[in-house]
Amino acid sequence: MAQVFSLPRLSAADFGDALINPDLGTPEGAVGPDGFPDVQRFNVYRNNVIVSLCEALGETYPSVKALLGEEYFAALARAFIAEHRPSNPVLIWYGEEFASFLAAFPPLKAYPYLEDVARLEWAWLQSYHAKDCEVFDPAALASIPPADLGGVRFRRHPATAIVASEWPIWDLVRVNRFKDGEQSQIDLSVAQPVLIVRPEFDVDVRILEPSHAAFGVAIFSGASLGEAAETALEVDSGFTLADCLSNFLSNGALAGLQIKEPA
Amino acid sequence: MRSDKQPVSAFCTPAAVPRRPGAGLKAEHVADILQSRPDIGFFEVHAENYMGAGGRPHQQLTAIRDVYPLSLHGVGLSIGGESPLDKDHLGRLAELNKRYEPGLFSEHLAWSTHETTYYNDLLPVPYDQATLTRVCDHIDEVQHVMGRQMLLENPSTYIAYAQSTISELDFLKEITRRTGCGLLLDVNNVYVSCTNQEQSPAAYLAEFPMQCVGELHLGGHAPDIDEAGRPLLIDAHDRAVDDAVWALYKNVIEMHGALPTLIEWDNDVPAWPILLREADAAQEILICAQDADLKAVS
Amino acid sequence: MKNKAMSAAVVAGAVATAIAGLSATTSTPAHAQAKEKCYGVSLKGQNDCKAGPGTTCAGSSTVDYQGNAWTLVPKGTCVSMELPDGRKGSLTELSRDLPEA
Repeated sequence: MAQVFSLPRLSAADFGDALINPDLGTPEGAVGPDGFPDVQRFNVYRNNVIVSLCEALGETYPSVKALLGEEYFAALARAFIAEHRPSNPVLIWYGEEFASFLAAFPPLKAYPYLEDVARLEWAWLQSYHAKDCEVFDPAALASIPPADLGGVRFRRHPATAIVASEWPIWDLVRVNRFKDGEQSQIDLSVAQPVLIVRPEFDVDVRILEPSHAAFGVAIFSGASLGEAAETALEVDSGFTLADCLSNFLSNGALAGLQIKEPA
Repeated sequence: MRSDKQPVSAFCTPAAVPRRPGAGLKAEHVADILQSRPDIGFFEVHAENYMGAGGRPHQQLTAIRDVYPLSLHGVGLSIGGESPLDKDHLGRLAELNKRYEPGLFSEHLAWSTHETTYYNDLLPVPYDQATLTRVCDHIDEVQHVMGRQMLLENPSTYIAYAQSTISELDFLKEITRRTGCGLLLDVNNVYVSCTNQEQSPAAYLAEFPMQCVGELHLGGHAPDIDEAGRPLLIDAHDRAVDDAVWALYKNVIEMHGALPTLIEWDNDVPAWPILLREADAAQEILICAQDADLKAVS
Repeated sequence: MKNKAMSAAVVAGAVATAIAGLSATTSTPAHAQAKEKCYGVSLKGQNDCKAGPGTTCAGSSTVDYQGNAWTLVPKGTCVSMELPDGRKGSLTELSRDLPEA
């Protein structure tokens, strides 16, 4: 390379900006074998960055992808990536903001359920990778004095999540992600808040009654058993604590007991 | 967090990676592999895919590690980056290293993170003194934190930096001299980069510091052309190993003897038996070389 | 926030019922109507070591050329579904929702 020209030093900052923003052109200093910049060569890197991140989002949000179609999803993913570059090399943690991005994206206003579908898929992925943990053994409750049970607080199993929604998000995911059932059978007027659990290695999704969802949200934000039951009763006067507790215990949603409420 | 009082190794299989072919581990192949127990030297995983806290990935990797030696291959540490290494990420690598006791650990001569953005590609570095110093500092840090030697992989490149003042080979040699790290020689990367940079792959390999090499990589590439109509090979890992790369590999093995050899297939991943067939093809070359050695001795 | 606390006796009774129910039906689901099919799937790794073919370069040119999510119409399964309030996920609806350019 001729040293007479003092070429500008191509920095990682300039290289990186040109990767994400094609309008910046091919950076000076990134050259082919003849010493001149070559757009096609630099585009290989652009392609790798953008396409691999689009693919990663598609792997995390397959239902959203199916609902919108490949072409639309790719364009949408690019718009998301431009606003939300990953900051961590671990891609299972990339794209948490996708749900709120969908909700705030004006052209998708006619599809308000997409946000909650994305929240379910994000929760599913985090559950899949969550820390292994024994599920709570209900027998431990038998040793607690009956008078103290109302003050009992539970620890959430690390793989458990509740996704509240007014849309049939489980049906949307079941049909579009797991190809189980027909799109035409989905009734968009049905609300499906869900409980996501992973007692061992397989993620399970359970549709929750609204009062059970309210109970779970309360329990997982630190409410005592008594307090959570009160919250659930406010949602549905027909709420039965025994059924609800049985539902959470049998699904392995809990990991253990927290402290007892001071008497 | 594991206690230090636990036994040194909980795995049935020794950690050392043999001088045999191995394959990149894909989640979709694990059930097949555990059932058929193929005769293969080792498996290699991308470390970043096992950085979740638990669940199926770790359950699968534990089952594989129980039966096969493991090679841990990082794809996101950004050793060639201008920014300091991500301490948290390095910590996660160290944690995986401790948990799975891989026989080999490798990363790339490339960058992927700058300041707060992770670009998710193995981007090229300029070969100059400033970069050399920084890369060596980063490798020192990696080897210190992980408490082991690492192998550094030669890159596949599509561009060169006009500001480069050192050849790639001299750059790699100097890194090994300063840091004591080993090298992972990716023969497909040599073919891809040399073609893209209009250099001779055979000449490059003839000069490669083979005494530092702890592992070889083989993979498929996609042919393309650049703006000027010159051949542009893409390191796609989406197909079988090219004949030209097999020829280079055969030459390396005949000259320098057997080495752990990974078959990489990351895109359009085939059914397990097809990937195993690639590993068997590498095994044949290794056996031929050993036979020739024996004949030469007797 | 609440009118009055649920009585300790009610909670204790509910816990006893739940535990008894669980131990009696360890092999069968407690809440059959809430049980969904289990999808035991293995996710593929997200972090790969691969490059994409250069000629189909999605990052190669301007946003307009690639297709812009602001002007494209979804062609997935969304379009055939009707919303409860009568709106429809359709081209018409999308255009109406687009802000003035």
